[in-house]
Amino acid sequence: MTSPLVHARGLCKEFGDLVAVDGVDFEVRAGEAFGFLGPNGAGKSSTMKMIGAVSPRTGGDLQVLGRDPDERGQEIRARLGVVPQEDNLDQELTVYENLLIYGRYFGMTRKVINERIDDLLSFAQLDERRDSKVEPLSGGMKRRLTIARGLINTPELLLLDEPTTGLDPQARHLLWDRLYRLKRDGVTLIITTHYMDEAEQLCDRLVIMDNGKIVAEGSPRDLIEQHTRREVLEVRFPVGTQEEHAAQLEGLAPRIEVLPDRVLLYTDDADQTSVDVHAKVEPESTVSRRATLEDVFLRLTGRTLVD
Amino acid sequence: MTLVHSGRVVEASARVYRRTWRGSVISTFLNPILYLLAMGIGLGKLVDDGSGAANLGGLEYLTFLAPGLLAATAMMTGAGDASWPVMAGIKWRKTYDAILATPVGVFDLVVGHLSWVGVRLLFVTVVYSGVMTAFGATTIVQGALAVPPAVLTGLGFAAVITAYTARLQDEQGLSAMFRFGIMPLFLFSGTFFPISQLPGWIQPIAIATPLFHGVSLCRGLALGVEFEVNPVISVAYLVGLLVIGTLLATRLMRHRLIK
Repeated sequence: MTSPLVHARGLCKEFGDLVAVDGVDFEVRAGEAFGFLGPNGAGKSSTMKMIGAVSPRTGGDLQVLGRDPDERGQEIRARLGVVPQEDNLDQELTVYENLLIYGRYFGMTRKVINERIDDLLSFAQLDERRDSKVEPLSGGMKRRLTIARGLINTPELLLLDEPTTGLDPQARHLLWDRLYRLKRDGVTLIITTHYMDEAEQLCDRLVIMDNGKIVAEGSPRDLIEQHTRREVLEVRFPVGTQEEHAAQLEGLAPRIEVLPDRVLLYTDDADQTSVDVHAKVEPESTVSRRATLEDVFLRLTGRTLVD
Repeated sequence: MTLVHSGRVVEASARVYRRTWRGSVISTFLNPILYLLAMGIGLGKLVDDGSGAANLGGLEYLTFLAPGLLAATAMMTGAGDASWPVMAGIKWRKTYDAILATPVGVFDLVVGHLSWVGVRLLFVTVVYSGVMTAFGATTIVQGALAVPPAVLTGLGFAAVITAYTARLQDEQGLSAMFRFGIMPLFLFSGTFFPISQLPGWIQPIAIATPLFHGVSLCRGLALGVEFEVNPVISVAYLVGLLVIGTLLATRLMRHRLIK
């Protein structure tokens, strides 16, 4: 087996009294899409910055591409692609020029960059925007350009920090499609997200982070199987009465979770549970669905991810 | 490696400038002409008719003023390029984060940024020097001699102000710096009148300012008159400002951007 591209043991990041990353262990292997899932403030972005060799760790061990980022950050950065959470493109420049100057930062020759740009523009579906300025581009286009920019140096590892935050659904799906293609082409991806569906769609393996710690690790399917039941029945009662109604549902499912706006029943057969529920109470509505990572998260942290 | 990386920062800055030069080029040409017309010729007439010549060592006011304004313009350009564009790189556009995700490091970035400011200063001061010559305040050769100290003056300010900007949370600090730092220097560092005209107790303060040394060098070289201070001291002062400013800017920028 080849050695992992990223290897972290007891990795810590403290900002004064604030512990952003609190002793995490993980490994990212070549060719996989690895995710950090968690709410805002869980320590995902801090971890990404340490991997990206732009933030020194305050404790533990970290190896990226077999090197210590504190000592050989420049070499590591030369072989990484980074897609930050906020687009930091040069607004005054054109799409083409943004890619060109970025390639130059990596020391690539103009000839090589120009060949690469043709491929990247078609990959990012921006061929027709080649000579447009960046400023008027849509959010989805800017994000695709930022991803194309992160790929200019043909990186071995691409870091994506919340790649679809703030995009409309259509733009998200287009972006996911592009990320699938990268994965298919063998690019190793590390993705942070607070969207469950994104993690389920894109990640082969992921860790769930909360308060700077890793609370679970595995493939999306493993996590769902290990930490929750197969199906979920969502039951909605009139506003403010979820708690009192939930008490009457005791015993109808192996686990019941009360949210501010609805009650969740974790079960292996949601349809049967629905029949049982209706026999006892009259809810405003019920929805049965498959269990998702969100349910895993709720189980592990006792709260929902929406924040 | 550092020089190579800094060179790429210069290259990228030049490319951005190619898209944005229209905003600054008019003021580059027009400002010296307007100043020399209004102050040099308009006000100069009054000065030369009065007691001016005696206090200016026999120089016409326009001739006295022009090299001082060259140094002051370099200061303004250096200060301007080290403030809002740096704030944009750090905070508004975050383009510095994008650069630091590549093999380019913080020191490379600071040196590259200041090198680009140097290129801009060279352009601005050469134009100014040409205008000075056209006004008959200096000769082509002497005007050209005053360009390097003017660039050095601008770079010294740019380095220190880049360090200052690296610590600012918002642009209010920039306006304050221009209002309470740059403007008083512009007015009282021997640009518009010899500092011997200032009250005695202020003179040592004026002599201690970097712009005074820039003015002394530019005036001495452009006019072939005696330097107001030993030019070796002035050059050492300005080079020191540049070196210390660069190191400080690197340190503060690293603190700000590499968290």
